Amino acid sequence: MKPETMKIGVLALQGAFIEHIKLLQDLGVAAVEIRKPTELADLDGLIIPGGESTTFGKLAVTFGMIEPLRALCAAGKPVWGTCAGMIFLAKEIGRAQPLLGVLDAKVKRNAFGRQVDSFEIDLMVPVLGAPPFHAIFIRAPLIESVGADVQVLARLDDGTIVAAQQANILVTAFHPELTRDSRFHRYFVEHVGKK
Amino acid sequence: MAEKQTGTWTVKVGHAQMLKGGVIMDVTTAEQAKIAEDAGACAVMALERVPADIRREGGVARMADPTKIIEIMDAVTIPVMAKARIGHFVEAQVLEALGVDYIDESEVLTPADEEHHIHKHDFKVPFVCGCRNLGEALRRLGEGAAMMRTKGEAGTGDVVEAVRHARTVLGEIRRIQNMRPEEWMHVAKELGAPYELLVETAKLGRLPVVNFAAGGIATPADAALMMQLGVDGVFVGSGIFKSGDPAKRAKAIVEATTHYNDPDIIAKVSRGLGEPMSGLAARTIPEKEQLAVRGW
Repeated sequence: MKPETMKIGVLALQGAFIEHIKLLQDLGVAAVEIRKPTELADLDGLIIPGGESTTFGKLAVTFGMIEPLRALCAAGKPVWGTCAGMIFLAKEIGRAQPLLGVLDAKVKRNAFGRQVDSFEIDLMVPVLGAPPFHAIFIRAPLIESVGADVQVLARLDDGTIVAAQQANILVTAFHPELTRDSRFHRYFVEHVGKK
Repeated sequence: MAEKQTGTWTVKVGHAQMLKGGVIMDVTTAEQAKIAEDAGACAVMALERVPADIRREGGVARMADPTKIIEIMDAVTIPVMAKARIGHFVEAQVLEALGVDYIDESEVLTPADEEHHIHKHDFKVPFVCGCRNLGEALRRLGEGAAMMRTKGEAGTGDVVEAVRHARTVLGEIRRIQNMRPEEWMHVAKELGAPYELLVETAKLGRLPVVNFAAGGIATPADAALMMQLGVDGVFVGSGIFKSGDPAKRAKAIVEATTHYNDPDIIAKVSRGLGEPMSGLAARTIPEKEQLAVRGW
């Protein structure tokens, strides 16, 4: 499928959804805000943006979105969670809050500390090619462990897993949508969820 | 080996970008913070007294007790903001040392300096500031604020001043967007705005940072009104914990902020919320008692 013919939804319950929409539009993808289950029907893929995962969870439960979102993941559609989106996709985060639970990984919230510990760093991401990706981590989570079907895409120098993929599910602990580097968005629309 | 850079402009502004479309709620105790988090707040503002009480009780309003701020930080996983007095850079240093996620240099507290605001570039922690117009917003950005909000008239439950301030800022942005480049310097002088930031704003067609509404928001419809006017999210101060059923009202305001363009949902969530905060018409407050006029 060519980017120009794709329609990607960005979950717009709360958070940095506009930033993803702009980067997708730059790639020629039709990108739409998603707030209700009915809006998921004709999507070719979905991004769950950064924001507050507890807020997403409450709103997704109230507006009946949990099962439709799980169904979208199960249907093999490409789904990408950045930061809070990664938390929302995870199976296990060590505390009780509504999750989609489709990514076989244990994720830790606010893993690097509070806002004063938020950081930027050049990160090697082999699937994107040799030039490092400038990664922005904001009160970011990390991936503590992954299941057998999950491929690690990037680690910090100390080995911490910060990007991973499980078939059609892509997750990044950082925010490619806050940069002008569209390589991650291109990777998502071109390589994730391909049959 | 790549080095981590902390406290950068990108991570300061970026944090506010993650708050967009959300509701930031004033809380004075750990218990209230839990209620706010459970209702879906995207952050809480820790303070000693909500603006309605500051207004009623008078006296000097200062930064909250660190014990209280730490209790609130320990109670929730969402970001915790706290207020420092205008110009009180040591209160800001203390809040940074405590590890709060954002500092509100706020006109709701009694100003510590009647000419100068804090030089916010000096801090690793980001700041949000209030504004009534574009000149004020861009002066605060010039000092290093990474997020803006309207001032409104805090502690009244009357949305009229927040509407006035949002319309003024957004209207002035539309005005400079339609100007010829040689007109920018004159308008920068007229508004008392830093020229480079004014040009950046004119080219972007919006403030270069996230812009929330605050001051007087008390109902789900108030929140949706501000969102439809074009702000990125809302602060609710006294409107929640001075109402009859805070948990229910907080949840309804969160839902109305997400679905701000959907009157059916706003109608549904607005039903049976109990008593709103009693309210005080902003127009009846003498100028020397208005909080919004603080800030220079």
